[in-house]
Amino acid sequence: MNVECKYFGMIAEITGTASESLILNDASNIAQLDEQLKSKYPKLHFVSYQIAQNQQIADTHIELNEKDEIALLPPFGGG
Amino acid sequence: MRLTEAEENRYNRHLILDQIGREGQLKLKNAKILVVGAGGLGCPALQYLTAAGVGTLGIVDFDEVDLSNLHRQILFNHQDVGRNKASCAAEKLHLLNPEIELIPYPVKLEASNAKEIIANYDIVLDGSDNFATRYLVNDCCTALNKPMVYGAIYKFEGQVSVFNYNNGPTYRCLFPENDATAPNCSEVGVLGVLPGVIGLYQATEAIKIILDIGQVLSGRLLQMNLLTHETTQLSIQKRKQQTQTAHK
Repeated sequence: MNVECKYFGMIAEITGTASESLILNDASNIAQLDEQLKSKYPKLHFVSYQIAQNQQIADTHIELNEKDEIALLPPFGGG
Repeated sequence: MRLTEAEENRYNRHLILDQIGREGQLKLKNAKILVVGAGGLGCPALQYLTAAGVGTLGIVDFDEVDLSNLHRQILFNHQDVGRNKASCAAEKLHLLNPEIELIPYPVKLEASNAKEIIANYDIVLDGSDNFATRYLVNDCCTALNKPMVYGAIYKFEGQVSVFNYNNGPTYRCLFPENDATAPNCSEVGVLGVLPGVIGLYQATEAIKIILDIGQVLSGRLLQMNLLTHETTQLSIQKRKQQTQTAHK
């Protein structure tokens, strides 16, 4: 399964890109996708973020579908 | 209540808009907004809310103007360095519009005073620079049923949303717990105009709430990148149990 991933803020600095296509190994839901991303980018273990599926903040048990648009959204500070 | 002749002149470009008019301008005049933090986000928001004729503006900031603030907090100038931001901002804003009431709170917003201060206002605009204050403002707004107009920044990127509007999602529906690892701009830097852009989005949302016009950014988070002009809107669902932890 292929999904399109977007990364914001310090997440994009960790991944080194603002977006990429990701081929999922065995991941079929958000939690498993998160594990695959943390395996690919170990520094994700040390930052906080939420995951959106098709422009909606998603819970971990939500199933993934082919061509889903995934976004990793970290909290931003203020100023 | 009516507009004075001076107000009719001052707000003429509002009055001739169908979506505002005298009725809308009177709504602005009767409105009370609390701005938490007179910094990069709060200053531009305050300047436009003052100019727009919001009748009462509270300004909370215990901090002093620093030289390193001036590349983005253009309400202040170099002679203000060392002055309390809330008091200094109120003084400057009074010169912009003496028709409105400006109430400075040169104190740190804490659990012991937050509810008492926030209770006096219709809307809270969050321009805080730390997560502890942001969660405190969110939780007080939730308890007191006040909308919280949210803005946040990271280098060249910004986020805007309106939380707790008409019983909509709160900040904790997006980020349930204060375990944020995101640094603030004093640690990683920020393009000076970014908080200006985001702060004005916040002022716009506050004005829309008062006037009841357009689509308020409730249940949605607007994310933008000034380097690429890419904008994304993510929808946020209200959580019944706001205890789910963020991915970490």
